[in-house]
Amino acid sequence: MLKLKNINTFYGKIQALKDVCMEISQGEIITLIGANGAGKTTTLMSISRIIPPRSGDITFMDKSINEMSPDKIVSCGIIQVPEGRRIFPILTVSENLDMGAFLRKDKSGIKKDLEYIFDLFPILAQRRHQPGGNLSGGEQQMLAISRALMARPKLLLLDEPSLGLAPLVVKRIFETIIKINTEHKTTIFLVEQNANLALKTAHRGYVMENGAITLSDTADNLLNNEAVKSAYLGI
Amino acid sequence: MEYFLDLFLGGLTRGSIYALIALGYTMVYGIIELINFAHGEIYMIGAFIALIVASVLTMYGLNMISILLIASIVAVIYAAAYGLTIEKIAYKPLRKAPRLSPLISAIGMSILLQNYVGIAQTKDFIPFPNLIPEFAFLAPYKDTIRSSEFMILITTAIVMVFLTLLIKFTKIGKAMRATAQDKQMAMLVGIDINRVISFTFVLGSSTAAIGGVLIASHIGQINFYIGFIAGIKAFTAAVLGGIGSIPGAVLGSLVLGWTESFATGYISSDYEDVFAFSLLVLILIFKPEGLLGKSTTQKV
Repeated sequence: MLKLKNINTFYGKIQALKDVCMEISQGEIITLIGANGAGKTTTLMSISRIIPPRSGDITFMDKSINEMSPDKIVSCGIIQVPEGRRIFPILTVSENLDMGAFLRKDKSGIKKDLEYIFDLFPILAQRRHQPGGNLSGGEQQMLAISRALMARPKLLLLDEPSLGLAPLVVKRIFETIIKINTEHKTTIFLVEQNANLALKTAHRGYVMENGAITLSDTADNLLNNEAVKSAYLGI
Repeated sequence: MEYFLDLFLGGLTRGSIYALIALGYTMVYGIIELINFAHGEIYMIGAFIALIVASVLTMYGLNMISILLIASIVAVIYAAAYGLTIEKIAYKPLRKAPRLSPLISAIGMSILLQNYVGIAQTKDFIPFPNLIPEFAFLAPYKDTIRSSEFMILITTAIVMVFLTLLIKFTKIGKAMRATAQDKQMAMLVGIDINRVISFTFVLGSSTAAIGGVLIASHIGQINFYIGFIAGIKAFTAAVLGGIGSIPGAVLGSLVLGWTESFATGYISSDYEDVFAFSLLVLILIFKPEGLLGKSTTQKV
């Protein structure tokens, strides 16, 4: 579904991604794990073309997306929930959700999806008229994922959804991620520092170090891999 | 009392015009954090275009209301095109540059446009026909309020309501607010922020042009320099109200209009600017974010 071939991304003179190659198939949950500053967020930002790669090819559903602007990427169905949630603080909860559906024109479909989301996270329905900035961290993460769902993603990119959340909320968020994947067959690309949780959720995983992919295997194998265990799982 | 009312209305009219210009400053600042110093020039160009159109149409002998309407529409279209072009050539290439660069580019644009109009037209004051007809129903009150003042107040009120509704309820309005709050996230939900920025310039330029046509009609003469003066005042008003805030721009404009009007009326017209800018200094000392400036809390 999504193929990254020899992606090189730079911040000025500093190379953040080195020849990154990845492949994500339809319906999978893929995770990318790695330490702080390994280049995980940059990988997602390169796919969304917020930080366009300097070289390499990205194809999505057999179509090159190399020359597209970020809004065109969204219209292809690649939707990102960035790190830190990035809720529009002064827009209300329902306006934030409207923004998620910005490129859609099917009013009845949008309404149906909104009902689905309020069913999934009833707290958002209760707070729909409040500014997004007033929500708690966990509620903001729910809103951020919901906002992305409003775009009907084909591929959902999630950047550190567990960051700064209470364990119970994290559990809830990850259950939702699995639910989205099984119910809607949405392909999910999950970037996480919490490697244990990520590998237990995902089907396959990649390990990133200093901007390069060093390992790739099924999630189960990575969980049992000695190097991964000592570096990321703390066992 | 009657004198007070006169000054009050005078200040309100003046404030309304400032508001029409200040909106452009504040909207552009809200979106790209740029003080568009060329904005006052758009107002001036709006007035000049209206003058040209009005002169031509008068030769054809159209009635006043149609002349006003057509001249305003053409002025708005021209001003919008100018605003759009200025953004494309002077600001867009500098979007990733340090903040001082687009600011200097804006000042350059302002000087360029002033001198271009000064050379292409004339550097002297030119009379501007009064395009605003005398309203019969205002005749009994003509000592208190002139038709042109009435027209300015009504038009400003309509523009304000229109803008508020547009920003609050339409898709592009929500996109403008989203872009103002977080550009990168706006891109990630599929908003083409270049279009939003262009639209903001079109909107601001259009309201400034309306202000230009109205005030030129009201005062009866224009020259290439009016945009600079009005621009500085409107900018002051926008800062006074809290730059980036639309209600703030309106409130700041009215406060500034009244301050000037009362200072002129009760003290001396020589002190008009002294009071206007003293007020600005006081506000900036005691409430640096402006009257309605936003201080938002953001949870991480």
